[in-house]
Order: sequence, then C-alpha cells, then structure tokens
Amino acid sequence: MIKNLRVKTSKFIDETYKISFKFNGKTYYGFKGDTLASALLVNDIHLVGRSFKYHRPRGIMTAGSEEPNAIVQLHNNSSRTEPNVRATEIEIYEGLEATSQNCWPSVNFDIGGINNFLSPILPAGFYYKTFMWPASFWEKYEYFIRKSAGLGKSPTEADPDIYEHKYIHCDVLIIGAGISGIMAAKTSAKNGFKTLLVDEKHYLGGSTIYQNSEHFKINNQVSNSWLEKEINEIKKIENLEIKTRTSIAAFHGYNFLLARENLTDHLPLDQRNNKTRHKLLKIRAKKVITATGSLERPLIFDNNDRPGILLCSAINKYANLFGVACGEKNILFTNNDTAYETAINLFQKGIRVEAIIDNREEIDSNLIRNTEKHNIKIYKGFTVVNTSGYKRINKVSIMQLSKDGQKVVGPKISIPCDCLGISGGWTPAVHLFTQSGGKLKFRDEDQVFIPDTYSSDQISIGSCNGDFTLDEILIDLPKTLKKFLNLKKTDYENLEIKSSFNKSKRNIWLLPSDKPIGKTKPFVDFQNDATAKDIKLALREGFRSIEHVKRYTTTGMGTDQGKLGNMHALGIISETSNSKMGELGTTTFRPPYTPLTFGTIVGRNVGEYFDVFRKTPIHEWHVQNKAKFENVGQWKRAWYYPKDNETMYDAVQRESKAARDSAGILDASTLGKIDIQGTDASEFLNRVYTNAWSKLAIGKCRYGLMLNDDGMVYDDGVTTRLDENHYIMTTTTGGAATVLGKLEDYLQTEWPELDVYLTSVTDHYATVSVCGPNSKKIVSKVIPSLDLSDENFPHMSFKNTKIDKIKCRVMRISFTGEHSYEINIQANYGESIWKKCMEAGKEFNITPYGTETMHLLRAEKGFIIVGQDTDATVTPIDLQMDWIVSKKKYDFIGKRSLYRSDTIREDRKQLVGLLTDNPDEVLEEGAQIVADVNKSPIEMLGHVTSSYFSPNLKKSIALGVVKGGKKMMGQRLIIPMENKKINVTVADPVFLDKENKRLNA
Amino acid sequence: MFVINCPYCGVREQSEFKAGGEAHIVRPKQPTELSDDQWAEYLFMRKNIKGVQFERWIHTHGCRKWFNMVRDTSNDEIKAVYKMGEKPPIE
Repeated sequence: MIKNLRVKTSKFIDETYKISFKFNGKTYYGFKGDTLASALLVNDIHLVGRSFKYHRPRGIMTAGSEEPNAIVQLHNNSSRTEPNVRATEIEIYEGLEATSQNCWPSVNFDIGGINNFLSPILPAGFYYKTFMWPASFWEKYEYFIRKSAGLGKSPTEADPDIYEHKYIHCDVLIIGAGISGIMAAKTSAKNGFKTLLVDEKHYLGGSTIYQNSEHFKINNQVSNSWLEKEINEIKKIENLEIKTRTSIAAFHGYNFLLARENLTDHLPLDQRNNKTRHKLLKIRAKKVITATGSLERPLIFDNNDRPGILLCSAINKYANLFGVACGEKNILFTNNDTAYETAINLFQKGIRVEAIIDNREEIDSNLIRNTEKHNIKIYKGFTVVNTSGYKRINKVSIMQLSKDGQKVVGPKISIPCDCLGISGGWTPAVHLFTQSGGKLKFRDEDQVFIPDTYSSDQISIGSCNGDFTLDEILIDLPKTLKKFLNLKKTDYENLEIKSSFNKSKRNIWLLPSDKPIGKTKPFVDFQNDATAKDIKLALREGFRSIEHVKRYTTTGMGTDQGKLGNMHALGIISETSNSKMGELGTTTFRPPYTPLTFGTIVGRNVGEYFDVFRKTPIHEWHVQNKAKFENVGQWKRAWYYPKDNETMYDAVQRESKAARDSAGILDASTLGKIDIQGTDASEFLNRVYTNAWSKLAIGKCRYGLMLNDDGMVYDDGVTTRLDENHYIMTTTTGGAATVLGKLEDYLQTEWPELDVYLTSVTDHYATVSVCGPNSKKIVSKVIPSLDLSDENFPHMSFKNTKIDKIKCRVMRISFTGEHSYEINIQANYGESIWKKCMEAGKEFNITPYGTETMHLLRAEKGFIIVGQDTDATVTPIDLQMDWIVSKKKYDFIGKRSLYRSDTIREDRKQLVGLLTDNPDEVLEEGAQIVADVNKSPIEMLGHVTSSYFSPNLKKSIALGVVKGGKKMMGQRLIIPMENKKINVTVADPVFLDKENKRLNA
Repeated sequence: MFVINCPYCGVREQSEFKAGGEAHIVRPKQPTELSDDQWAEYLFMRKNIKGVQFERWIHTHGCRKWFNMVRDTSNDEIKAVYKMGEKPPIE
C-alpha cells in the first residue's frame, strides 16, 4: 500500500497542480511547491543514496542547502545531466528524473555495502597507508581507486544551456530574506538606499514564515502573519530589488560578492530552451548586511546516520511548510528547546510524537510545559546510545547520562520508531562572513563561533550573528540598523515580542555510549563518512592542526563542506587534545558556499568567445586561400597554405623551397610595433638594448636584443631610426604587450627624467614581407617610384615612400636570410597591397607562406626565436651572440648580470646546431640530449629546441641547447628516444649561407 | 577584489590594475661597481610582509601609469596611494 503522508494543506503547496517525476526509474507524484525531498518523503521514501566510503544507506537529513546525504543525479545520460544536486533544494517540475548516486546495481541492493562490514580495516588515511608500497604498483592501484572514487557522473555532452554574467552595483546588499533580512531591507530601502535583497530559496521569510505558533508573537500577532504583512509591504518599495533562488557563492574583500541567480532549474525541460539558466551576479555593494541565519547541529552518537534520522528543524519545516509527515512514529532527541517547538507543531498537525529524549536533566520553559500537556513522554537526562534498522530506522536505544555527561548509566531502553529528529543546537552560518576576511570569536556559554572583527563596511544580523531567539533578534535589530545606516529611527521601535524559547543547552560534542569508541559508528561528516573514531585516530597519530585533521580524515571535504558536522569535529579535537575551542580556530570556509556549475562560472565565454582573438587586416585573404591558422598569443596567424590536400609537411616543404628559389610572401602584421619619440629616444634604446644605438644613421635599421636585469633574453626585433628623435621598434608577436609594459615601467619609475614617449602602433600598420631572389623585381613593380638599387636602398635600411597616393614605410630587412622587403602600410590598405604583391609576383610564382615556413627558413639561417630556442635561463652569451653585446656601453638592462658567477659558468646550456647521422631523420623538438647512455643515471645535457627537414639543404637540421655546447663543435651526442637512439653531431647553428650572400642577391 | 583609487583617474575596480611587486627599490646607478652579492640583493631579494607593505601598481586598463600603494596584507586594507617619485604618506 502506498502511504500518503501529506498531513495538512500548506499554503506553500499548490494541491491543484499535480506534478509527476521519476526517482530511480519509478514514477511518483508531488505538488507544485514541493522540493524533490519533500515529494519523496510524501511517498514515504527516506533512502535516497549510499554513503561515500562505506556505502551505508542514507536518507534525507535536512531541508536546505546544507544537506549532506540526499544528493542525486538529475537526468542521467542526457546533456542536461547534473551530479550532486541536493534533493532538498531542487523544486520538482513535470518530467524531473532523479537517480541515486554511489550505488550499484541499485540503492536498495548495493554491492559496495560490503565496505560497511570491512570498515574496521578502512580507517582514516586507509588509502594513504595502503597504496604506498611498492611505489611501482601505484599505476595498478590507481585504476581501481579512480573507479570507486567520486560521487555522481559528469555530463559527456556539451551543455545546451545559456549562462550569463551581470554586474550589479547597490548601496546596500542584504543576504538572506529571513525575518532580520526583511526588516533590514525595508529599513534600508525606505530610507533611500538602493537596496538588493537576495535569498537562495524561492520564497521570502526564512524559517519565521512557517512559524505558526502561539508561542511566538510580534505585536500580539503570530510571528508568521506579522512577517507576511512586512513582506507584502516591501514588495511595493521601488528602490528595493528582490532576487529569490539566488545564492551568494562568494563574499570577497571590499564588498565584492558573487551570486548565482537560478532562473530555469524549476521549470520543465521543454520550457527552458533559449532561456538563460543561471546568471552569475557580480555585486559590488557599498554596504553589506549578512542575515544568513543558522544551521541546526546534529548530535553525534552510534549509528546516527540511518535513513529516517533528520534534524528537528527539518521535520518541523517539512510539516509546516510542505505539509509532510516525515514519519508516523516520531522520536525527537535534543539538547535544547528546538525539539519542543517541533513536537508541538507536529502534535497540532496530528503527527504522532512517541517521546522526546532530552540530555538536559533540569529543564523548564513554557514550551516544555506545553509539550508535557500533550502527553508526550519526555526522558530527561537521557541520551540515544544506538539505533537500528538498515534502510530505515526502526528503533532507538536510550540510556541515562551520568551527572558529568561522560558516561551512560542504568538500563538500556528501546523505543520503536520510524523517524528520529535530532537537535544539537544552532550554529551561526558565518561562512560568508569569514570569506570576506572577517574573524570569528568563540562564545563559551553556548559553544558557538560568532562574527568578531571585519574590515569592509558590513554587519551580520539575526541568528548568523549568534542571536538565536526571536526576542534577541528583534530587540537589537533597530539599534544595529540605525547605527549601520546612520538613521534616526526605524519602523521597529518598541516591538512587543513573545518568545517561549529558553536558551539553555547541554552541549556534549560526542555523546557517550555503552560500547567502547572503536566499536561504534558516530558519524561527524555524513557525506564523507568520517566518524568520531577517525578524528581520534588522527589525533593519536600525531595530527594537531585542525587543517591537518580535516585533510587526513576528509572531515568537511565533501560537496557540503561539512556544514553540519564541522563544529563537532572541532569539539571532539578540543576535548581529546585538551585544548580550548576558541584557540583551535576553524577550518577555512572557501567559496562557493554551495557548488556552482562550470557553466555559471564561464558564462558566455565559451567556444569562439572563450577569449578574444586578433585578426590581421589580411585575414580574410588567408581564409579564402584555405590557410590553416595557428594561435600566437591572441593572434590568429596563417600557419601554412595547403594545396590539393597537401599535408602540413608537404605544404611547408613547398613553401620553403619557393621562398628561396624565387619569391615568398608573409603576413607579418602581427609583429609588435612601438613608436618611440623624444629627444632622449637614442639614449633610451641604449639602455634597454644590449647593443649601441646612438650612432645609427637616420633611415637605417638595426637588430636588437633586449634582456631582463637578470641577464636573460627577453625579446628581440629590428628597430628603425625614422628621424633624429623618432624610432619604430618591432617586437615579437607574443611579446608586444609585455615589452611595451616593461619599457613604460623603466620610463615612469627609473628614468622619469628621459624625454621619451611610447605608443603602441601594432594595429595601425599592416606588414607585408616579400622575400626571395625575385623579391626586388616584385617590389619594383608594386612601387615603381622607389629606387631599389643596393646603393640607394641597401640591406638594413628604410625608405618612406608611396604606393599610388598611399604613404608607406618600406624596410629592407630579413628574417629568412633572403633578399627581402617589409612594406608597412596603414592597416586598411593591407589587403590591397598584399593582392598587388601577389599580382606582381605571379610571373615569379610568388608563394604565400605561413609561420611554419618562416620558422623553418630562419632555422636554416640559425636565427633564434625568443621563447622557442630560449627560455628565461638563456643569456646572449649562451646563444653565441656575443657580437650583439656592447662592451663599450657603461650600462644597459641586464649588463651586470652577464658576469655574475652563475652566468659566466662555462657549462651553461648553450645554443648549438645539431645534425643527424641519417639526413632523413628529423628530431623531435623537446627531445633530451645526452652523451653517455650507459652511465646511470644518464646525465641530461640539454634538449632540442627547433627541428625541421630543410628542403633547401635536403637534410634534417636542428637547434638545441647543450651544456658547454660552445666547445663541443664536431662532438657526437645521442638523442635517446622511446625505441631508438639517434646519433647527432654538434654543428654551427648557421646551416645555410654563412657569408650572407643571399641577402644581397 | 579591491577598489583602488588611482591617483590619476580616481576610484576603479581592481580588474583594471596589475600589481608590480615591492615599491621603492631603486635600480643602482652604477651596477658595474657592485659585487655579485650586492647586485643579487637588488635583483632577487624582496620582502613578503604580513602587515603594512609598500607596493607598485599600474593602471593597465586605464591611464597606464605606475603608482605606489600602501596595503595591509593581513586584511587587504589600502592605506594610501601616491604617485611615483612621491614620498610615502605614511611610515
């Protein structure tokens, strides 16, 4: 028989709106307003999942975002599947499909349950201890550990949903729309502050909104109806924005917060298309009011994790808000007054409470007296010592506590039940407060951490500030708000409050048992299966810091970040190690407060929008001519131009050959270009380059090498003197921004007296480079007015000229070793000049080439690429480029470092050429270079930095860095590969045209 | 994320800025006169203070100017910002 545990119509549940959903393949029904958890409880389902380590049956424990156990996989095997969704948070919708996690073949019969019986040999640190030896076996262990690790399954298809980011600026942000938050929002907004109120739930009013009891009254009205009126009022205030289903993920310094606004997760799947699923709100608030409330603590006793064991507050919420009875025979176990509030509420709804077990001996309050009136049996000074029932609790065993609370005495009493409510008092939800940099203090009288000092403009109010009872909250609040918002009065002066809640509490972190600690399973972290025994073991093994114990036992490391049990872990450590709670500190609460999907984090920055990319003015031509592209920094550069299904290798061989035999053309627009002007421009270049610049004639170009002050090569490029006080510097494509930044840094901070101005002009010019023996003929056709004779326009010089009416700068410089020209022209004429060159070059078979061919050609000449042949450990001397380091200059950036004891070592890695014995064997870039393979361990001498098959030399060539390489010319070395050894000879890094004849050909 | 008061542009988000390490380290005027140890002191040694620290920052996505900041690293409070070449307003 299917039970219906719906007890009474709740106004939060729409019983006219029936919703069907599937859980583990079976169809169930609930109503609009239900969460998955409440809808399962209505159907008498408590068993929802299996625990992480021991595969113990686990049920719903809470009714909120702190849920450790009831986490499910939604829409398994679809693109919208999502693991680790808290059943207590997800609102049901038509077609919802949820499945249990961490169990096989099913949640009812789980093979992994054997771990529960093996638990004596699976203590804390089991994996660390067991899978250490022998080290070589790790790969074998890893396979099995990976298989059993992790909760849930990640989706394998692309996410079909849309996510967005949005910035919000407000005067006052209020986190949490409980009674304190509502009152703060009204006060703030009515006084002219632009106010934002957020709450993770879909309704406003927190727990007070369903606190329908004669015991809690404000101005003579039951607290929930008083609050309802307040809520209706704030909805009309104009400068108050209210966002529900919005949870704050992170509270950073300077009142910068991240929130996730959930827009479609409660809708049926077919209504979600083309809607934004989540918005990541980036909120900068002038003032923040944290009103996040508090979380009820569990109690720690043997087998406190069975399905059917819930927090008292959760049972209360299910009954009052959702109209659901969690059980038909309820027992409540408490150390404070919360259970009595729950008991009275259940009684009024006709739900049976068998007994209340209270660990306090002498207690008295209105609530308790009232409970007694309802003939509910109260066991004072008792504790639960054990529970039974494998997939659902069916019995509790209780015993009397000794006076000091350290032992149990007397006979054991068993009481049958199908639901046990537990209440260990309340923990302020200070997670966000500490994320903001706030420091906590420990309040001894009720053993809680509360906010203490903080640096941004913020306050915590209500129970997250440690004010737990209605009267405490409401009496202080007007004063606090007036001070914080600088107001004269609020609407809440002199409220009349009736609260029957007595604050007395008997806090025992680990309740005693009749069995020794090793024989019990009192769970502290329910999601990660850490017990009090594990924590004690960690302490015995010498762990002291709370952060270490946390990592060793995995307490608090689940998706719930230990919201329920962390306090008890601290308490048990403090008791066991005889240290004071306040001095132990807490573990760090890190963002996000509740997990975020990756989609929310990346927003719209997916696919081609992942990062911006830069295109040259000639990009479209490359696309039309089927270029393959390479990412260089943010640039898309033409990589090679395959013809008729050519492979990359074939295309590059063809392009390289054509460039040397006749003519090649390269789009060099991406090279960084910095315009340098000012009367001290020459002096400035002298200081930042290794070579001398003062004597460079106007109209001449010079190659320069730039170092860091540690002497290591940083960037290179050709700089041209355009005029007396005017230079144009080129940098590497990837280094442009950092070079400009570094130069600005020196100008602004070290040499502010220099008259120099730097402007980035990279995007202002397109650069077309034409090279090869026929380049001169081609350029003379494109610019007939320009005298290209060697006398008028020699290598390393520059001319201002015009193509038709358009001004351009032509440099005769070469990165390929061929006779070549670089035409720089205003960017929007780039493509037309490129086409002109192509047209003029047609008769010479002008061949467009990409970056790969450029790299090959320069390697034939032994020209380095900064960042490929160098890393941050290579000096110009290591590159055998001593010729470019001025001996005469008194100083330049990096000079002093070139004769530090380390940089003058002769066994530094130095750049050399490498030739393979077999001319067809092309080395792998990055391959290690050794001399002796028989020595153990083999000494690594260096590695291959560039390697190609040269079509012009018809042999394999490579550059590499080798320890002491300069003195090894002609020496034989070995490149050991996975299944062969390649013999190489150290050679001059210049492989082609050592005499530079081709430059002037 | 800090809110930084650029001495040239005013109050802006931290995302517009970049940090540039310890402030008031002057590049030696005559590096060639220095021993290896003295040069290494300039080149490599930086403080890592818990508390009040003097730092260089640049308004990368703004005026591109370098300036100095006094920041308490224990709570990220920015105590002062001032232009390059100016004396720190606090000790």
